[in-house]
Amino acid sequence: MSVTEREAPKRPAPPRLPRAKRAPRPTDPARPAGAGGARVVRVGPVSALVRPRLVAISAAAVVLLVVAVVGHLMLAGRALSAAEVLGALAQDPSVPARTQLMVLEFRLPRTLAGAVAGACLAVSGAITQTVARNPLATPEILGVTSGASVGAVAVLVLAEAGAGGASGAAAAVGMPAAAMTGALVFGIGVFLLASRRRQAALDSTRLVLVGLGATGLATSLVTWLLTLGDVSNAGQALTWMMGSLNGRDWEAALPALAACAPLLATAAFSGRWLTLSSFDDDTSRGLGLPLGRSRPLLLLLAVLLAAVGTVLAGPLAFVALVCPLAARMVGGTIVPPLAVTALVGASFTVASDLVAGFALPHALPVGVLTTVVGAPVLIALVLRSQRSQWRNA
Amino acid sequence: MKSTEETTPILAAEGLSLGFDGRTVVHSLDLAFERGTVTTVIGPNGCGKSTLLRGLGRLLRPEAGRVTLDGAQIAAMPPRAVACRLSVLPQTPQAPAGLTVGELVARGRHPRQRWYQQFTGGDERAVSDALAATDISDLAGVPLEDLSGGQRQRAWISMTLAQETELLLLDEPTTYLDLAHQVEVLELVQRLNRELGRTVVMVLHDISLAARYSDRIVAMRDGRIVASGTPGEVITPRLLWDVFGLKAQVIAEPTDGRPHVVPIGGCRVVRAVS
Repeated sequence: MSVTEREAPKRPAPPRLPRAKRAPRPTDPARPAGAGGARVVRVGPVSALVRPRLVAISAAAVVLLVVAVVGHLMLAGRALSAAEVLGALAQDPSVPARTQLMVLEFRLPRTLAGAVAGACLAVSGAITQTVARNPLATPEILGVTSGASVGAVAVLVLAEAGAGGASGAAAAVGMPAAAMTGALVFGIGVFLLASRRRQAALDSTRLVLVGLGATGLATSLVTWLLTLGDVSNAGQALTWMMGSLNGRDWEAALPALAACAPLLATAAFSGRWLTLSSFDDDTSRGLGLPLGRSRPLLLLLAVLLAAVGTVLAGPLAFVALVCPLAARMVGGTIVPPLAVTALVGASFTVASDLVAGFALPHALPVGVLTTVVGAPVLIALVLRSQRSQWRNA
Repeated sequence: MKSTEETTPILAAEGLSLGFDGRTVVHSLDLAFERGTVTTVIGPNGCGKSTLLRGLGRLLRPEAGRVTLDGAQIAAMPPRAVACRLSVLPQTPQAPAGLTVGELVARGRHPRQRWYQQFTGGDERAVSDALAATDISDLAGVPLEDLSGGQRQRAWISMTLAQETELLLLDEPTTYLDLAHQVEVLELVQRLNRELGRTVVMVLHDISLAARYSDRIVAMRDGRIVASGTPGEVITPRLLWDVFGLKAQVIAEPTDGRPHVVPIGGCRVVRAVS
């Protein structure tokens, strides 16, 4: 019982005994058929499936995130020691006030913004990929993040913010609200255009194609908006559009942090819906999934999460594509495990920001690095999806 | 298998019209299924059999009319409540890549599970019973995509069995199966019906097998019912010509005298009676 069953046989299929050395299968009563390699834990009326592999991976992902966050706090600027960072976080009076200020006021907002943006985008991607049954169907391909860009850039450029950049009400409320609105308009528009009348199945190819069209439209709108404002605003908008965490302060981070908490909590309870959503429409409906409700609600949740992530970090490319896939692969599950996905997304974004912003000779926006990592994954995915992901059964 | 007329049918369609993509496929159809019977819907390709089955299993919302389960309108019931009483095997079900047989069958327990009840002792027993009934217990850990077509079909049937519903709607449960496995599936259906009192509605293409394993036959053409009754009443050369455009003789099958179709003239070779 050291290895989960799913790793067992790849093709060609052994028709009978999947693994010779463990031939009499139901020998382990803790892992009955149907639990998919998970252990069943029952206490009174409560029963739960516990996947040791997933538990271990979650723990590892938490460690990874802590390392990334502490590393980011240590190295984002003048190098601090881990002790200094931890002392500042604990508000230890022996740590100089200057260091405390540096860690708590300058670095922590940026680090947290990165972590939260990464988690939101990754979970959003996990939901859209599962609901659309297509790993390519991520918020950035479905036009959601570019819709958010339209809203955000519109505020940046049109709010008469002047050379000082958007500030005050425009930055704290206007831009997030506009980004949220843009994401919703584009997300809902794409979903409505892609769905056909009368409950016919949601065609994921159609969804991706409509999404690509919407992304194109949003990109042109953004380009047009950029010509309207003055140069410094346009420059600021361009940096934001690359996906940048530079200069995130508490004023920018707090509203988004507050918004993401209920969204991520809701996502945590959507696991059972998500698992069923990965089947075809007839099967999931036959098993009692209220598709007419579950699909719009899940997609709405994904759009809101993507909007929050985009407000915080700009349209950070590929986080929503890569992180759910990575979480699913290491977790060995059917749908991306959301907790692991969120942790991977957070760590990936924080680590990318550290490398892009501070390890390179010239500081780059974090989006450049996530693209460098993500683009090859996208290409590999397209190549692999030629042998079809969703086979007839 | 005799049913009385005065009891409420377990499942009924009243003035049911169904369609999708703006096209009506089933036209105001009335049909009732008695408790404890096996009914098979036959008809040529594209006659609306599968659409009817999807409508009966509330996978498709009616354009007009209604479907009732024990007299209650199915569209007004919560989806999970329906799924606890009625299971559907769709024609071309699809599962996410990497899913194992055991996990697939365990999905059949979803309607009865809660977030704090992910796999009860009852779930475990239902899953292992369903696996055993379809003879795939030893494949529980194998991914679906590594199975042969017949094994995969049995895995899906197994999932609907794990749902433990009184009513089973099976859309072509014998596709992809060789004759021996077809008979095996149909005998399983018969056993579920006779020993556990399950009501079964299915779509089959093989009319002789349909006659052999069904209490009632419903023949459809162009979204309407042409004939409905016992196999002996429905399966006649005249009907086969009217519904399928098939020239055939109907002979009494040697084992139990049920009608057996022998196509003649310009048709494919008939399968020998075993």
